[in-house]
Amino acid sequence: MQATSILLGIVIAVTAALVSGWLFRALLVAVTSGELRRSFRGAPVTASFGMLVILLYFVVAVLAPILAPFPERQVVGAQYLPWEAPYYLGTDNLGRDMLTRLIYGARNTVGIAFATTGLAFVVGSVLGLWAATVGGWIDQVLSRLVDALMAIPALIFSLLLLTIFGTSITTLILVIATIDATRVFRLARSVAQGIVVMDFIEAAKLRGEGVWRLISREILPNALAPLVAEFGLRFCFVFLAISALSFLGLGIQPPTADWGSMVRENATLINFGDVTPLLPAGAIALLTVAVNFVVDWQLHRASGLKE
Amino acid sequence: MAKPVLLSMKDIHIDGRSGDDWLPIIKGVDLTLHKGEVLGLIGESGAGKSTLGLAAMGFVRDGCRISGGSINFDGIDLMAAPESDRRALRGKRIAYVAQSAAASFNPAHRLIDQYAETPVVHDVMSRDKAEADAVELYRRMQLPHPEEIGFRYPHQVSGGQLQRAMTAMAMACRPDLIIFDEPTTALDVTTQIEVLAAIRDIVAQFDTAAIYITHDLAVVAQMADRIKVLLRGDEVEEADTRTMLSAPQHDYTKTLWAVRELARPAQPPAAGTPVVSVKDITAGYGSTMVLHGVSFEVHKRRTVAVVGESGSGKSTVARVITGLLPPVSGEILFEGKALPPDYRRRTRDQLRQAQMIYQMADTALNPKLRLRELIGRPAQMYLGLRGKALTERIRDLLRLIELEPDAFIDRLPSELSGGQKQRIGIARALAAEPRFIICDEVTSALDQIVAEGILRLLEKVQDEFDLAYMFITHDLATVKAIADEVVVMQNGRVVEQGPKDEMFQPPHDPYTELLLSSVPEMDPDWLTRLLKERAAGRAGLNA
Repeated sequence: MQATSILLGIVIAVTAALVSGWLFRALLVAVTSGELRRSFRGAPVTASFGMLVILLYFVVAVLAPILAPFPERQVVGAQYLPWEAPYYLGTDNLGRDMLTRLIYGARNTVGIAFATTGLAFVVGSVLGLWAATVGGWIDQVLSRLVDALMAIPALIFSLLLLTIFGTSITTLILVIATIDATRVFRLARSVAQGIVVMDFIEAAKLRGEGVWRLISREILPNALAPLVAEFGLRFCFVFLAISALSFLGLGIQPPTADWGSMVRENATLINFGDVTPLLPAGAIALLTVAVNFVVDWQLHRASGLKE
Repeated sequence: MAKPVLLSMKDIHIDGRSGDDWLPIIKGVDLTLHKGEVLGLIGESGAGKSTLGLAAMGFVRDGCRISGGSINFDGIDLMAAPESDRRALRGKRIAYVAQSAAASFNPAHRLIDQYAETPVVHDVMSRDKAEADAVELYRRMQLPHPEEIGFRYPHQVSGGQLQRAMTAMAMACRPDLIIFDEPTTALDVTTQIEVLAAIRDIVAQFDTAAIYITHDLAVVAQMADRIKVLLRGDEVEEADTRTMLSAPQHDYTKTLWAVRELARPAQPPAAGTPVVSVKDITAGYGSTMVLHGVSFEVHKRRTVAVVGESGSGKSTVARVITGLLPPVSGEILFEGKALPPDYRRRTRDQLRQAQMIYQMADTALNPKLRLRELIGRPAQMYLGLRGKALTERIRDLLRLIELEPDAFIDRLPSELSGGQKQRIGIARALAAEPRFIICDEVTSALDQIVAEGILRLLEKVQDEFDLAYMFITHDLATVKAIADEVVVMQNGRVVEQGPKDEMFQPPHDPYTELLLSSVPEMDPDWLTRLLKERAAGRAGLNA
């Protein structure tokens, strides 16, 4: 009986996801035009569902103070209240409203993940493209440095750095960005190495173009597709890394709402058969899946496997 | 004809998919081939030669379909036969030789393994027998060391040898029909001769029928009994080789023939300071020297053609002049003044004066930039043009290279044909307002008619802007068409140089002689005569 209802629930959820994805694609095609419209029309339903989810998260993150029924850090009632109005998802271990915390968590966790990934990408790809373009000892020094950093397991290394530098949000962003930039560097460098040997790069060099122009106008546009796809994947990894660190107590510090720490703080409830602590975990999972749907679509396009 | 019909294709229609539509590639072509006969199939790229050739095997590439007509191979209806029957024919009774042997061999297996695969799969002979047979065919294809060459990997033999090994492989099951898809297009003239002679011999020995696909008329004249001309998927005309050569009927065929007549009139000897002089250049990569004391001069409004086979160092000369490869000794003078050997040390104006046009327009144009930026960038950089003036300059350049500005200015390179891309390469060079342009095999990737258009354009702009050209090529027909002076290179040395007319008159350096005599002529007896002469020459030396 219970197994049937769970199965039914899954079927309904998947159907709802597909239908909402399909509707969202129809909407996108209707409001856009030109090249953008063509690419949206070719998007699979999964990708448009992914885009819809990302858009929803984004809206929630931006409008958090308006959407949330209570302030982020206010203790509003007793601990672990059940799912009843006005606490639609109950309260947490300190008596703060769970729904409010979830909404603010989107802002904090997603915002920090986005800033971290962005930083990792700017640093990693600029250095990677630069190393591939200039070559020689600059390439050697940068590559060996990156190899050395990559040799240390990422989680251990970030724990170490966070213990040394303390756990403010800025250090968290810098530490994870540094670690992820090494992966981006490797990708950007290897993609660019395939491009710098082309005749048009030689032509640009002979024209007397500077290194920055070579990187930004000649190489980057041709390396963009794999980098964009990698951005999506990296975003997920960063997201998971932050949540993992928060769960371990070294990430985002209380009382700031964050999905990773929310799982840890409310973990006891699982013992009583309450699913509340799984909600922030589910929010993480849903975003990860959504981003990967979009990334898959982009990878497919970038690899020229259209149709 | 006394011989029975082997292959008969009637009213063939083939479509290719473009998005959701099917566009016709072949529009109702008939083709009949008798046993032991060689049919030449010629036309520009995109004419449907390869598609038609593959259809003779009952095969179409992915994204294509045969939408009408009938194919009958020796009594078997290939359109009606199940795929398994067609597969049983391929390799065994119908074989295919691809354009680029280097790309068609599997680099991970030895030649003989790849040779033996077909006869063993088709149960024609055992592995041992196939290997013995391979040696025999390698010998007949005049490959060096026929007993051992099969045990090498594809990268260990030269391009010409690989192409012959591929022909031997196609012969493995003694097929009734072989389809040759431009087998010599990627080879040097001197190598091409050997491959042509070997193919012709072996086809005659086994009385194999063949379809020979090429865009080179002189080659097809040597190989084919009959010639069929295709244009955009339609047959233009078909006739016996000699009839076709002496009296082409159709206008299109006549223009194909006329392209080869393009020749630049002799110019008076140039005087004054040369635009570029290459002085005693020795250069190389690492400790291996590629150039040994190369010197020549290029004057204003003159074209110097640098000729030689691949590996002769002609492209390395271009790299030295542009400063990509600083020489070990010697110097480059530009209008009498020495240029810094490394391009990074040259001033922007020195860079502007010497421009380069590349062989492969595909890789020489950034695929992500629009023509506006591709052409506009040099004008913006060197001449400081901005805004309206820049757009006007780009439009002028597009008009100069005979492309409609409104239709083209915002296109990407992928939206252009091969010839149009090469024109953009020219426009980009002209945008810098240079004095000197290096053209590196600019027409070798193009069809004859398209190439002729490019050559005419280059001549036009040379007169208009007083340009000096250095023209790297291995095609002597191009030399005839455009050069004033010729520099012949071999193994990094200049073996002969002088005005074009003198170069085409004897006496020659032996290497120049070899190069000149290797250029196919339109005369169908040319190859036979040449081989006889060379054999006689060798016999004379031995005697």
